[in-house]
Amino acid sequence: MDFNFTEEQSMVRDTVASFLQDKYDFETRRKIVGSDSGWRADYWQAFAEELGILGASFSEELGGLGGGAIDNMIIMEEFGKALVIEPYLGTVVIGGGLMKHSGHASAASVIEGIVAGTTTIAFAYAEPQGRYTWSDLKTTAKKDGSGWILNGHKAVVVGAPFASHLIVTARTGGGQREASGVSVFLVDKTLPGVVTRDYPTVDGGRASEVYFENVSIPADALIGNEGGGLPLVEKVIDEATAASLAEGVGVLRKLHEGTLDYAKQRKQFGRAIADFQVLQHRMVDMFIELEQSVSMTYMATIKLDESDAERAKAVSAAKVRIGRALKFVGQNAIQIHGGMGMTDELAIGHYFKRGTIIEGLFGSVDHHLRRYEGLSFGAAA
Amino acid sequence: MNLDFSPEDLAFRDEVRAFIAQNYPEGLRERQEEGEEMSKEDFLSWHRTLANKGWVAPAWPEKYGGPGWTSVQRYIWSEETARADCVPILPFGINMVGPVIYTFGTPEQKERFLPPTLSGEIWWSQGYSEPGAGSDLASLKTKAERFTGDDSKEYYLVNGQKTWTTLAQHGDWIFCLVRTDPAAKIQEGISFLLIDMKSPGVTVRPIITLGGEHEVNEVWLENVKVPVENRIFDENKGWTCAKFLLAHERSGIAGVARSKRGIERIRQIAQAELSDDGDALIKDPMFKRKIAELEIDLAALEYTELRTLAGEAAGKGPGPESSVLKIKGTEIQQRITELALEAAGHYGAPYFRGFPKDGDNAHPIGPDFAHRAAPTYFNVRKTSIYGGSNEIQRNIIAKMVLGL
Repeated sequence: MDFNFTEEQSMVRDTVASFLQDKYDFETRRKIVGSDSGWRADYWQAFAEELGILGASFSEELGGLGGGAIDNMIIMEEFGKALVIEPYLGTVVIGGGLMKHSGHASAASVIEGIVAGTTTIAFAYAEPQGRYTWSDLKTTAKKDGSGWILNGHKAVVVGAPFASHLIVTARTGGGQREASGVSVFLVDKTLPGVVTRDYPTVDGGRASEVYFENVSIPADALIGNEGGGLPLVEKVIDEATAASLAEGVGVLRKLHEGTLDYAKQRKQFGRAIADFQVLQHRMVDMFIELEQSVSMTYMATIKLDESDAERAKAVSAAKVRIGRALKFVGQNAIQIHGGMGMTDELAIGHYFKRGTIIEGLFGSVDHHLRRYEGLSFGAAA
Repeated sequence: MNLDFSPEDLAFRDEVRAFIAQNYPEGLRERQEEGEEMSKEDFLSWHRTLANKGWVAPAWPEKYGGPGWTSVQRYIWSEETARADCVPILPFGINMVGPVIYTFGTPEQKERFLPPTLSGEIWWSQGYSEPGAGSDLASLKTKAERFTGDDSKEYYLVNGQKTWTTLAQHGDWIFCLVRTDPAAKIQEGISFLLIDMKSPGVTVRPIITLGGEHEVNEVWLENVKVPVENRIFDENKGWTCAKFLLAHERSGIAGVARSKRGIERIRQIAQAELSDDGDALIKDPMFKRKIAELEIDLAALEYTELRTLAGEAAGKGPGPESSVLKIKGTEIQQRITELALEAAGHYGAPYFRGFPKDGDNAHPIGPDFAHRAAPTYFNVRKTSIYGGSNEIQRNIIAKMVLGL
């Protein structure tokens, strides 16, 4: 048993933290959010070249630095602290993760593009009717010669406006909600018939509704087995959930720290409001939520390589705990900031908004509690 | 970062399992599982077995009689003893006064007190709380005045009252915080004294608690003569020992392994009991959800404790973060007892302690677990009160960690 970070991992953290401190302060981020493109493509190149972090979690055979999920955790936590918008989760954790696990013939070349910063990926898995059932798909891929014809509508594809490619789940067989018949495709976003409607999200990001209108894709767009893609999707969504929870920990740290600082300097009734025990205990409870969230992120990340059931149980347990922490800490951060917490001007509200979206990402707390129960009581109940 | 046990750790786990299987009596295990009250001999027999093996004080340094285990081995030990429903080793000697003595005591004090503490020959009681000094412990009033005896030796004359003294009815010695300088600031006039409970002037009176148990006591100290060489550390520096001891007390207080076992037991109970619609209680969505939430919260506590242990292994002592473990650990312990009582349904109500009068109270009705469910639920309310109430723990975190 070992809870220490390696020297390489600590270096990754320091590198990312110092870059963000210099170049991703709150006012810079505000400009990025308000810009036409909504992200900084030059920063993405800097992540690839100057920092080299886009390859941190890939093995050396795949052109990476030999790290893994722990590196994703570290990077996502730092991104959470700075509210980074650039598409690390979609591109590296999900896109790279899927290619890595799929054993696809061109996995290495796709990952090469990811590491170099030239390939950016968004994950088109959700559909308007499907909520958190990943197999509930109306999008279809029909055999057409050696390739496929893709039709359907994908909902709230986060980061799609920044993406060169989409990873798309589609039905190649079976009924609408069936586990079998789910296939995964890597789709060039510039193909004819890929129609996107782009929009901002409440937390400062960008997303798209994506419509596939008879999009013709080649045979090698299929990742993993035809019709047998669901386990792969579940594994990658668990990995993405763990990474997003690490981002949540970064957000929680800032919410907690910002609230402490504010309470120490804000004076009412002739003294700092941090002197009031009722607020001290509230802030202690926020601290406890934060500490437990750190612990659960470690647990979920460490268990990502265990059996499917153990992995899923750990991730869902972490999601329940951290989802609740994000709500509790976020709401109380705003409450303790009082009127100032309601303003767009302060960073605190932006952390609250990002935290709220992370809370629901890849399934609500209730969804994960039910999933945990299904796994934990399977035999008993 | 990984969770794997090394081959050596796995071999250690097998050794521990085998030892418990061979040496821990089944009768004691059953009574511990049911939450029965334990006699002095129940506690001592297991204590002695472990003392003979050299395993009774896992955290002690080897030179004072500890087994020299790594933090991972200690973790395995607590897991395995909880899994096997072992009677807990009482904390007062092993976790509390022992570490104070080997940290602050003189060579003579170590030699005199550590071996009988390990062997179980001395049953220690804790003389901290007073009627007027609970959460505000430093306001304690028991006073110790120095005088020279007829034998020209130096003594303290101790007068005052201690309370909530756990199992003092069996106590041989009591470690007490006493006021030696009434003029000093309240935390600066306190000393740490070891008092032989057979001394004239020591009286122990029972306090009966909600579950009907005689677990705690009042200890009256009336003109008790205590040799000065029974003081640990400097005069008026007792608060240093007290704070050290409280931090040690908190580090084991998470009770993760015991709570794991507690949830496992709730699951077994809920398999056997029926819900409103005649199905197993464990299929009841509301009950199942409560178990699931407990398991998840316990995982969060476990990994927080493991992080703390990793910090300790890296040289950080048990710090104020252990207050987090105390708060969450005790909340979980309490929730487990709530679920047991809920599972008992109608049979949570019957109360058999001392009934019938002829002593034939082999709890003839209801499921076995049920007759202790309510008393245990009542009793475990103590956990968020003792060892520094959970509100005091929040004060500690606010001050020491958050800098408020």
